[in-house]
Amino acid sequence: MESVIGYITGYAIMATTYAVFSLGLNVHWGFTGLFNIGIAGFFALGAYTMALLTTPPPSPLFFEDFKFGGDLPSLIGIGDMWFIVALLAAGVACGLVALIIGILTLKLRDDYLAIATLGIAETVRLVFLNEKWLANGSKGLYRIPKFLGDLVAPQNYDYLYLGVAIIVLLIIYLAVERVIKSPWGRVLKAIREDEMTAAASGKNVFSFKLQSFILGSTIMGIGGALYAQHVRFVSPETFDPLLATFVIWAMLMAGGSGNNKGAILGAFLVWGIWTGTQFLPGFLSDPNFRFVMIGVLIVAVILLRPRGILGEEKRVSRHVDETRGAASPEA
Amino acid sequence: MVQNLDWLFPWRWSLRRLVVAGLLLLLLLSFFSIVRLELVVNGLFLGAIIALGAMGLTLVYGILKFAHIAHGDFMTWGAYIAFFLLGTLLPRLGLSGVGFGPFTFGPSLFLALPLTILALVAIAIILDRIIYQRLRRRGIGTVVIAMASLGVAIAMRGLVQVIWGGETEQYPRLSKPFYQLPMDVRIPPDGLFIAAVTIVLVLSLYLFLTRTKMGKAMRATSDNLDLARVSGIDTGKVVWWTWAVGAALAATAGVLLAIFQAQLYPIMGWRFLIPLFAAVILGGIGNPYGALAGALVIGVTSEVSTEWLNPTYKPAIAFAMMILTLLLRPRGLFGVRD
Repeated sequence: MESVIGYITGYAIMATTYAVFSLGLNVHWGFTGLFNIGIAGFFALGAYTMALLTTPPPSPLFFEDFKFGGDLPSLIGIGDMWFIVALLAAGVACGLVALIIGILTLKLRDDYLAIATLGIAETVRLVFLNEKWLANGSKGLYRIPKFLGDLVAPQNYDYLYLGVAIIVLLIIYLAVERVIKSPWGRVLKAIREDEMTAAASGKNVFSFKLQSFILGSTIMGIGGALYAQHVRFVSPETFDPLLATFVIWAMLMAGGSGNNKGAILGAFLVWGIWTGTQFLPGFLSDPNFRFVMIGVLIVAVILLRPRGILGEEKRVSRHVDETRGAASPEA
Repeated sequence: MVQNLDWLFPWRWSLRRLVVAGLLLLLLLSFFSIVRLELVVNGLFLGAIIALGAMGLTLVYGILKFAHIAHGDFMTWGAYIAFFLLGTLLPRLGLSGVGFGPFTFGPSLFLALPLTILALVAIAIILDRIIYQRLRRRGIGTVVIAMASLGVAIAMRGLVQVIWGGETEQYPRLSKPFYQLPMDVRIPPDGLFIAAVTIVLVLSLYLFLTRTKMGKAMRATSDNLDLARVSGIDTGKVVWWTWAVGAALAATAGVLLAIFQAQLYPIMGWRFLIPLFAAVILGGIGNPYGALAGALVIGVTSEVSTEWLNPTYKPAIAFAMMILTLLLRPRGLFGVRD
């Protein structure tokens, strides 16, 4: 029984982390139509920012090659405030990279962004792999301190961390809901539907796209930091695009892009399928077979149910109902 | 009278001047032993393989208007189908042997390569029938079609891992010494084969696009879809041929890459996607000769970069070249404006 609860808690922590990414991707794709296939890059950057800022300086005892460990916990004394600082720093790091990539590509064709994000993801991975002085190379970083580690016994820590992850997810969810329902969010949707019309209405399409790209990437950075704090080990191999990018795409597509609840639902559902298949008999439990399923799932959703499970709310503004009544659902 | 000062700004140069300047620079550098000529030559081999993939990719991009993200995994499939033929099927039929002539592979490759091409062309057309054609008919945006190809890419690579496993494999081969040329240039034993296949395919593609009716129809469709349709071109057939050409080139590129690297592994095609797209963008989308030039530039640059950088950074170099192109010449080296 203990182990079952432990397993479910572990599943829930990962699903919550992935839900954060799914929300970030929803800002990109669901609301603005930005095609980001380099999620793994933002994942890695967020996780490494958290790891590098909080790890104590390298010690010869551990044969570590990196030169800089932020050691935030000893710098910031107040409680465990360092966690929040590192979380935000991870978001800022990804936001900055998104700013650069966005300026370079968002004025060009839609799909250039996809190719550029693919490139940045690979570059980030290669830098962390090769530059040992920066992040310990392929050995990775494994001395990430525990947030609120003194509060509970180690065997119960997962329960506490699940709570932390859920709080972070909830804050991000509420924030995204709020900005998407604001005039700013409506401009994003207008751009997604028809760029020319949005531009003709006097909206700076490039600037809005850039803001949306930065916001979504910042959320992904926070997700990466949340992940790093959970497993407390990061290495370049962790951020294989197979896992980091594609699974998150499957989550958003299945749950329903354009719907934040759908994004979260998709994360829990797909991660459930992903981890659940290991209990299936025969070749179905083959971990490689999961990739086939993820790919087929993405194609099937696009072909058969483009709106996903939940789909986007049709209503653009609550004032529509107030003024016209329920007479015209298309309005 | 305003003087033409274009020569001061390299990004405004014509393609011919750029290529000549680049070659002169490389020759100058190798003359002063700053760059080893061997790297330049090896870069050309790598560039030839990139070119085969990129020319198909740019045709699909130009005619079907979407970024075909599964193109790298087409290459992987090409490499693995040939692996199945060379390693399993043909030896059972009594066709084995390695070290044919000056090469590392056996004569069975000359049978395996056309069969691989046919198989991959069939796969590409089937995928188009069940996925992309439906999406096109629904009038769905090209970005969504690109996304569907992302799903296809994941599924294809997953299948490779399910069928062949995730380990690094090798074609049956006989190790041969490298050719020694003057100026310390060493050429891999299969280099001549790679060069010959690439030259033959590039010439055939050129003749196909300029001399046959279907080739001309493809170019017309790439230039202007609506105009092609109203002038009576069967765009359905054009789509078929586009996939056929793209898949055939990708299959060959995959096999050549597996021979050139002397190994094959499931993620090889996905890792190749960045150089492919870099070459396509460098050459201007939809322009196969541009893709060829772009691929050679990318191949040489990333190979020469290993003089100073860790060789694993090659994809990052290709990516940097692509970003540079987007900054200076967003429409590619040929600079055609819409």
